[in-house]
Amino acid sequence: MAIWVFAEEIDGAPTPGSLELVSKANSMGDTAVFYVGAGSPEAFAVLGAHGAGTVYHLDTGDVLPAAPAARALGELLEGSDTKLVLFGMGNTDRDVAGRLSARLGAPVVANGLDVSLQDTVTVTSEILGGSLSVTTQVVLDGPALVITRPKVFVSEDTGGGSPEVHTVALPDTGRSGGATITERHVEASEGPDLEAAQIVVSGGRGLGAPDKFAMLDELAGLLGGAVGGTRAVVDAGWVPYSYQIGQTGKTVKPSVYIAAGISGAMQHIVGMKGSSTIIAINKDPDAPIFALADLGVVGDLHKVVPQLIEALKSRS
Amino acid sequence: MNIAVCVKQIPDPATPYELDGENHWVVRPNDQVLDDTDRVGVEVGLQLAEATEGTVTLFSMSPSGSLQGIRQALAMGADKAVLVDDEDLKGSDALTTARILSAAVQREGFDLVITGTESTDGYSGVVPQMMSELLDVPCLSFARGFSVADDTVTIERQTASGYETVTSPLPAVVAVTAGAVEPRYPTFKGIMQAKSKPVDTATAADLGVEPVVTQAVIAVEPVASRAAGELVEDDGEAYLKIVELLEEVKVI
Ligand SMILES: Cc1cc2nc3c(=O)[nH]c(=O)nc-3n(C[C@H](O)[C@H](O)[C@H](O)COP(=O)(O)OP(=O)(O)OC[C@H]3O[C@@H](n4cnc5c(N)ncnc54)[C@H](O)[C@@H]3O)c2cc1C
Repeated sequence: MAIWVFAEEIDGAPTPGSLELVSKANSMGDTAVFYVGAGSPEAFAVLGAHGAGTVYHLDTGDVLPAAPAARALGELLEGSDTKLVLFGMGNTDRDVAGRLSARLGAPVVANGLDVSLQDTVTVTSEILGGSLSVTTQVVLDGPALVITRPKVFVSEDTGGGSPEVHTVALPDTGRSGGATITERHVEASEGPDLEAAQIVVSGGRGLGAPDKFAMLDELAGLLGGAVGGTRAVVDAGWVPYSYQIGQTGKTVKPSVYIAAGISGAMQHIVGMKGSSTIIAINKDPDAPIFALADLGVVGDLHKVVPQLIEALKSRS
Repeated sequence: MNIAVCVKQIPDPATPYELDGENHWVVRPNDQVLDDTDRVGVEVGLQLAEATEGTVTLFSMSPSGSLQGIRQALAMGADKAVLVDDEDLKGSDALTTARILSAAVQREGFDLVITGTESTDGYSGVVPQMMSELLDVPCLSFARGFSVADDTVTIERQTASGYETVTSPLPAVVAVTAGAVEPRYPTFKGIMQAKSKPVDTATAADLGVEPVVTQAVIAVEPVASRAAGELVEDDGEAYLKIVELLEEVKVI
């Protein structure tokens, strides 16, 4: 009985999140991967090195992946005695998990921080900004679909060999499969990758205006870090969604996280509370972000940040 | 065009929610509010209805029977509402919610279903996709921009590195992000009219849906919180504290 993993491709390789899931599955048992993307021997080899024994590969081309992926994965699962399918928090992960759940009548448990499989599947998660830990047990037979948060499992190249690769034909999903992708746009940010950066400088609504992000770019540049933000500034159109940190954005775990003008809403905190050192600048002494900051500065960021930039410049 | 907008009534997020001791379900006070992110879905529905001379019908599963949140959405301009109110739906998971909502939408008929991406109190973020599978239509998810023309809906779908343009024939489900549009505030007239707009109620049995329990919360425990560090008032030199700490952790 294999553990299944839903994996997606980005820039010709499995996403980092997919590899975390493959490593986790490999630590629990035989691992079968359902891989959506163009696919290549190199990509399959990476999955194998992380522990995938079998890879089912589906290329959805320009069709929005959810409907065909859920149909094809559902057919594979129906003939198996699988109890657990792991998904990440990516948008397509969530799309496929939802459709698949409805197809199979299978439960979805979301926001998982850990998962175990004995007779049944048990998932732990946190609610209320991480103040309460919740343990959920699946009480239905058949596969449980578990969506886990990024960076809770460590991806590890364990030197596994080439997996057995099966090509899955694109199923005809009729009306459900009618959505097509007509254009793809990359809103690239400069500098290091936010999810991998060791220093993150993050801005919130307290910046007051979109052009103030230039100040954070400069600070991040001096520290060799990346710039992120809250959903408030993304929704306001100040920075692209790729900057968003939190529940519905990226999860970062840098050595240093600097929060400027961020209140510390629980949906933001879940995306950054794993940072080793947290520094917060906020003019409100009661801002919730201070509850988790190693150093909190109660003050105007428009004064503190420029001073910090000058101080760092004069050192180099 | 027949536009269905799914909305959720939730406990006021300004007051932290409680879990009941037995099942660990969210305790739902009688007066629940409209989930803030659903105001975006209502706004999208209203804009499309205005452009197509369509109607907006709200769909909500709300076991407590409270109507405050629904009235908020009606006051924005929605035409009517269908509320599924059933004791047996207490503690329902996402799949039962999706079954209920899609059965209700199916019964009324629809060209377009609009939902939020995820609720503020549950945030599993899978109900729209489940509904689309049950309704056998595409789900255009994570939509931050949208337009409808000639029975075709086109959206900008957020991705990890940017966005993609996705297009689909109607009928379809569109799940919008919180930043898709700026929701309008209800006018005084809207608030008055909302009081007399039709709200139909239905039970799970009316819709032919049997609630299924798929999962149970077996434990809830407090998590040791991260110890707060030093808090300093900026006296003009607080930046030096930051420099010091950056040195201490050896990033400079
Ligand atoms: C379902 C759901 C999902 C969500 N997902 C996310 C997510 O992924 N990521 C996320 O970030 N949020 C998310 N949110 C939104 C979240 O709840 C908050 O609304 C958001 O994080 C607030 O952003 P903010 O801190 O920038 O703004 P605010 O809360 O408005 O805070 C601004 C802060 O700036 C301070 N300030 C103002 N001026 C200055 C100044 N001159 N100097 C210093 N400080 C100043 C203020 O004191 C205040 O604390 C989600 C919400 C929901 C309901």
